[in-house]
Amino acid sequence: MTTTEVKPEPKAAKPVEQLGDRIFAGSAKGAGILILVVLAGVAAFLLAESLPAITDSGSELPEGLTAYIAPLVFGTVVSAVIALVIATPLAVAVALFISHYAPRRLAQTLSYIVDLLAAVPSIVYGLWGIGVLAPATVGFLEWLNTYLGWIPLFAGPPSVTGRTMLVVGVVLAVMIMPIITAVAREVFLQAPKLHEEAALALGATRWEMIRLAVLPFGRSGIISGAMLGLGRALGETMAVAIVLSGTGVVTFNLISSENPLTIAGNIALQFPEASGLTVNILIASGLVLFVITLLVNMLARYIVERRRDFSGAN
Amino acid sequence: MGKSIDAKELNIYYSSFLAVEGVTMKIQPKTVTALIGPSGCGKSTFLRSINRMHENIPGARVEGRLELDGQDLYGPGVDPVGVRRQIGMVFQRPNPFPTMSIYDNVIAGMRLNNRKAGKTSFDDTVERSLRGANLWEEVKDRLEKPGSGLSGGQQQRLCIARAIAVQPDVLLMDEPCSALDPISTLAIEDLINELKNEYTIVIVTHNMQQAARVSDFTGFFNIEGTGKPGKLVEMDETKTIFSQPRQKATEDYVSGRFG
Repeated sequence: MTTTEVKPEPKAAKPVEQLGDRIFAGSAKGAGILILVVLAGVAAFLLAESLPAITDSGSELPEGLTAYIAPLVFGTVVSAVIALVIATPLAVAVALFISHYAPRRLAQTLSYIVDLLAAVPSIVYGLWGIGVLAPATVGFLEWLNTYLGWIPLFAGPPSVTGRTMLVVGVVLAVMIMPIITAVAREVFLQAPKLHEEAALALGATRWEMIRLAVLPFGRSGIISGAMLGLGRALGETMAVAIVLSGTGVVTFNLISSENPLTIAGNIALQFPEASGLTVNILIASGLVLFVITLLVNMLARYIVERRRDFSGAN
Repeated sequence: MGKSIDAKELNIYYSSFLAVEGVTMKIQPKTVTALIGPSGCGKSTFLRSINRMHENIPGARVEGRLELDGQDLYGPGVDPVGVRRQIGMVFQRPNPFPTMSIYDNVIAGMRLNNRKAGKTSFDDTVERSLRGANLWEEVKDRLEKPGSGLSGGQQQRLCIARAIAVQPDVLLMDEPCSALDPISTLAIEDLINELKNEYTIVIVTHNMQQAARVSDFTGFFNIEGTGKPGKLVEMDETKTIFSQPRQKATEDYVSGRFG
């Protein structure tokens, strides 16, 4: 038989798909679905396990579930907010220094150290908090109370051990700073040269250039970084559990030894001795934490999306 | 407005690499000067040295003198930021600030210079600059929309508006039309013709017809080989350069025999 040229018949437009493409598309889709399944699974577990605590009519908690969880929610939010307020500006400054000010070699070293800090386990930060930071702040807390005591935040009486909400906030801030820095740095480095030059050509100083071209571009990165950090701070367990001994109060007084605990810290401290309905109560508090993190993330998404037209993505 | 530029034996270095050697050039006020030449010949580098933009590359420096109406731009104590406020620049690719509205883009430079200027003076500047850039009629109803939503040619005119909003003495253009379609290019060329009534314009272009159309004077840069510094071969009135240049290399280039 001689070889014959077979003309391909014109078929209906069905795009040719390589096997590799199909495998990749399938596995990517699978991974995406898996995430949703895991999330739904966690939510279902939390709901199911906390149901007994929600429906219980006060056999375990005479004052009710809400009254039990509220101080914990308060403590969680306050500690995370303190951490975020301290860490974000600092992290943005460090990231800017690395991306736009430091000479290359110094920037590389600093980046490396920041990445390393992000990988330090939280228990280490907790130990540092209770072993070093808390005792060291005692004098400072007294000073705050003496001179700024008229601000409710520092109403006192100042703790003599330094194991206060303020210290926890600082420990959490130190803990989440590296991750915010790392994310912000990567975004700042990608700020388009084009726009930086546009700013410089208008006669902008370095700082003005950063304000015109880098920060607006990096806004979503800063927010994502802050949210990652906030997530870590909200859910931080050991660092909080070690430093704070919560007393279930709701107070903005950051420097006294009367403190609310955080949800995660409380679960860690109570769970080993919990049984029966107490377990369900703790899981119910976990459900609340889950909802808080979801809300925080949705809020961040909203902030990023709101000025989408101006993001430069179009 | 509209000052002269005077380069005397200007050498431009990147660290130890001599990129452009011995440029001596007088640019008259309120004229359009085109810089042409093959890629890598140093014409963009020279352009960027006029407003000291090349200094953003670490290690960049110059020898020789560069004067703006007699004022030494590289003298001791001269702040490059101040130089750039006098000498505006338009880039190869349109680069309006994506996070800003059209309005804010135009007054971005003015905000840097003069924070306290009132709303009305901003409004005036925006209209004057956008009219000056032949863009007012197209965008006057959507000044609060993002600048990145405009077409490429409109974006480039927005960038020109932004540059002239601060009323510079000189306007540098680094291949301003190379990313634009022919119609937008024509719009920019018309604009250049109007702008030269007020500003001294220096434009780098790869398009020789464009150089012939828009410029009064043309400088031809060339490079002898890779690793060699770029040099200004010849500078003269544009019609001379394109009809009877003194140098053989210039004639070869403008007639399309190389480059």
